[in-house]
Amino acid sequence: MHELGITRNLVAIVSEQAHGKRVLRVWLEMGTRTALMPDAVRFCFDVVALGTVLEGAVLDILEIAAGLQCEECGTYADPDRITDQETAVICAQCQSSKLRRRSGEELNIKAMEVEPCA
Amino acid sequence: MCVTCGCGQNGATRIDGEALGAHEHEHVLADGTRVVHRHEHGNDAAHDEQMHIRALQHGHDIASMANAVFLPISGKSFEHTHAAEHGHAHTHTAVPPQERREIPTELVRLETALLDKNQRIATRNRIALAKRGVLALNLMSSPGAGKTSLLVRTLTDLAAEIPMSVVEGDQETSADAERIRATGARAVQINTGAGCHLEADMLERALHTLSPAEGSVLFIENVGNLVCPALFDLGEYARIVVLSVTEGDDKPLKYPHMFRSAQLMLLTKIDLLPYVSFDPARAEANAREVNPQIQCLRLSVTSGEGLANWYQQLRSLLQEVATESVA
Repeated sequence: MHELGITRNLVAIVSEQAHGKRVLRVWLEMGTRTALMPDAVRFCFDVVALGTVLEGAVLDILEIAAGLQCEECGTYADPDRITDQETAVICAQCQSSKLRRRSGEELNIKAMEVEPCA
Repeated sequence: MCVTCGCGQNGATRIDGEALGAHEHEHVLADGTRVVHRHEHGNDAAHDEQMHIRALQHGHDIASMANAVFLPISGKSFEHTHAAEHGHAHTHTAVPPQERREIPTELVRLETALLDKNQRIATRNRIALAKRGVLALNLMSSPGAGKTSLLVRTLTDLAAEIPMSVVEGDQETSADAERIRATGARAVQINTGAGCHLEADMLERALHTLSPAEGSVLFIENVGNLVCPALFDLGEYARIVVLSVTEGDDKPLKYPHMFRSAQLMLLTKIDLLPYVSFDPARAEANAREVNPQIQCLRLSVTSGEGLANWYQQLRSLLQEVATESVA
C-alpha cells in the first residue's frame, strides 16, 4: 500500500529533474530491507507515470542485498546466512549478536535516461 | 523462469511460496546482490542484456557493493564506478546492447534518496521540537494493541504532573481524538485516507495546529500497522512499539523492521496472561534478537500493573530532552 506514496515521490522527483524532457528509463536502487515490494513499486510506477514525462518509461530496480557487520570484531556476516528475518544471525568469528546493518536499506534514484529536447 | 532467456526466478511477491509473474526476474550475483529487472517479451531486442553481463562479471563483496554505482549507458557500453576503498583491478567488456534506439538519449545521474523530502521535513520537525524541549514519541503497533487505551490512562494519571498532547493517526474517523479529548488533553486527528502510515509533513501540519507546550510530551499515535510506519521518520525523539499479549509472541520476528526501528517495546494487556499462551519472556527475547538495544516494559492499563515503570520512563525521557534543549 505504501508503495504508491513512494512511487509518487519517485515520479515527482524524476519529473522535476527532467525539466520537461521525456524520460525513457529510470534506475532505482532498492535494498531488500526497505519493507517495499519491487513488484508493487513497478505496478504503481506504470500507473503513476501516466500523463507525466515518465509515461511509458522503463523502471529498472537494482536490488541491494542485506549486509551485516559485527560491531564487536568487524567481520561481515555471510550473506547466505542472512535469512528474511535476519534472526539467529550471529558473528561467525566471535559469536556476537550485535550486528550492524551495512546495506539493504538503500532507496535511491540513481539515474534517468532522457530524450533530449528537439 | 523467464521464457525468453531462461534465467532466474522473479521478485518479491510470493503466494504460498509460489512466485508470481513471468516478465520480471532476478539475477543473483556472486556476491549475493540481486538484480531484478523487467523486459518486454513481445520484443526480444528490448531485453536489457547489460544486467546479465553485470551478473556474470562481478564478484565483489557486499561491503563494496553497498557503495558501488552501476549504470548501464544506453547505446554504447556500460560502466560503473566503485567506492574509494575498492582496491582490486578488473576489466569489464563493453558489449553493445541488442537494443538500439533511433534517437540519441542522454543519461542523467540523480543520486537522490527517494525519502529525502520526508527526511528533510522530519529533521525540521525534530529541530523545532527539540528547541521547545518537547518529547515527541512515535507509538506504533498493529491495530487493537491498546495504544489509545494506554494514552487515555496515561493522560488521566499524569494530567496534573506533565503537560501532554496527542496527534492521532487513523485512516478514517476522529473517534480516537475524541477519546483523547475526553481526558481533557489536546489532540489533533490526522486521517490518512488511503495511506497506511503517518509521514513527516502530516506531523508538521499537525504541529502548526497543536503547537505543543514547552517541556511537554507529544504522543504521536501512528496508524495501526506494523509494516510501513517503520519506514518513515517523523522527527520523533523516540519510537515505541506496542505489543499486546493477545497477539503472538513471535511478532518481533515476523515484523523485524518495526521492532528494529524502536527504542522501547511495551507489552500491554498483561492482566490477560493467565488466559493466553503468550510468553512475555519469549516476546522480549525475540525483540532483542532483531534489536539487541531495545528496552522492554510490561504493563496493563486495566489492572494498572507496570504503569509506574512506564511513567518513570516518560519522566526520564522528558528529563533527557530538557537537558538536551538547554545544551
